[in-house]
Amino acid sequence: MTDNGMVIVGAGEAGARAAVELRAQGYDGTITLIGDERHFPYERPPLSKQQLCEAEPPTPAVILAQEKLDALRIRLLSGDAASRIDRSRHIVQLASGREVPYSKLLLATGANPRRLTVQGDASEELHYLRKFDDAIAIRDKMKPGARVAVIGGGFIGLETAASAITRGCDVTLIEVGPRILMRGVPQQIAEMVEASHRKAGVSFAIGVMIERIDRDGEGFVVKLVDGSVIGCDLIIAGIGAVPETTLAEDSGLAIENGIQVDSHLMTSDPDIYAAGDCCSFPNPMYSNRRIRLEAWRNAQDQGTQAAINMLGITPVPYAALPWFWSDQYDQTLQVAGLADGASSTIERDLDEAGKLFFHLAEDGRLLSVSGMGPTGAFSKEMRLAEMLAEKQARIDAALLADPAVKLKALLRELD
Amino acid sequence: MTNPQWIEACEVDDVEEEDVIRFDHGDRTFAIYRTDKGEFYASDGYCTHEKFHLSNGLVMGSVIECPKHNGRFDIKTGAAKRTPVCVDLRTYPVKIENDKVFIQI
Repeated sequence: MTDNGMVIVGAGEAGARAAVELRAQGYDGTITLIGDERHFPYERPPLSKQQLCEAEPPTPAVILAQEKLDALRIRLLSGDAASRIDRSRHIVQLASGREVPYSKLLLATGANPRRLTVQGDASEELHYLRKFDDAIAIRDKMKPGARVAVIGGGFIGLETAASAITRGCDVTLIEVGPRILMRGVPQQIAEMVEASHRKAGVSFAIGVMIERIDRDGEGFVVKLVDGSVIGCDLIIAGIGAVPETTLAEDSGLAIENGIQVDSHLMTSDPDIYAAGDCCSFPNPMYSNRRIRLEAWRNAQDQGTQAAINMLGITPVPYAALPWFWSDQYDQTLQVAGLADGASSTIERDLDEAGKLFFHLAEDGRLLSVSGMGPTGAFSKEMRLAEMLAEKQARIDAALLADPAVKLKALLRELD
Repeated sequence: MTNPQWIEACEVDDVEEEDVIRFDHGDRTFAIYRTDKGEFYASDGYCTHEKFHLSNGLVMGSVIECPKHNGRFDIKTGAAKRTPVCVDLRTYPVKIENDKVFIQI
């Protein structure tokens, strides 16, 4: 059979890593990476962090510049979106009319910010953060003294709030839920995060719905259902993301909270794989429960794994512990594993290095670990804790709680 | 460039097995490793991905993992082993004399 090459739709983290891995695995055919943005593949994590708040105008944190694309013989088609997959002819059609044939196709289409539906005349003026160009548009308006309203107390909202404070803005964060970081972050850490934001000067409106948002001169006014009113010059909504599945849906692939893939990241079409934020997959670490992750490491690891499986070398199931991290001022927070289903939490106080929380199932198995502290010393402990969670072992709670007991020693005992 | 010189970095006992410490010399910074087999190695101090010091990282066997984003390098060769790092780490020759660790820079 002739090889028509490997095609990757989506030039973000998962897509770029997959392209690199295909070559690293010794694949010698054509590799085409299709991205709708007019940038080289770049890293998204800095968009809400350094790139919003550093004094110097940012440039994308490029993963694959031209030199590397050339060296790896990866053809990048940027600024051109894939518009249709012709599965019977094995062809991807682009918005420009161009047609790209494939032998195996990887969909790494990511996710899009969820749009806020709200009363008033300002909904078109809200900013969302996903792409480099979004970050530039927000940054331009984040001038010292500007009044910034952030809607949503998730990672994006909180990191954006921290950046705005760093830029000297006056920041209010609005969260409709009962607390910030409701999704996937334990209460103990949410409290630590909220305290650090309050200390830095962020005002919070928590547990209250937005009634309407209207223009007000050059700025806006956000009215909450409790009658309070927030005047602002810039509004950023970070209320979650929706997997980008249009292409997959239109071509009849199975969809289930994202593009449905099996444990090998294969879609319902054996010649099409999916990786990263756009796909849902069974996670063997948690009884093959189907999950979808919006996480950087997951995008990297799935991109890499999908490449290996596309080549059919030694297909391996994807079985990684979900891992999230966020930077808030000089602190980093991390969550490894899924804590829902945990019946108890053990705290380990690392003193100046922060705190770790071990989340245990009813039968005493370690389901997940979370924590927060200054990046250096904390990260080392957190990484060891994560390795313990990967083993899902039953460990004496007293040992987990005692900072004098080294985690590395506990880990060795399990080997 | 001046010729490479042997610089005393630390005592053997300053580094635990399967661990790493930071060593600063002039305006340069290094990471000194001791593997699980007790061998010593040295590299530039900062991760090649973002400027973050590897001395806070975790040594596993003969691999160092950056504390910031979990990029990995082979301690012996400096080879990049795991995303997000893709640029190898510069390594330096090491010798042990009288329980002191010297690196050639």
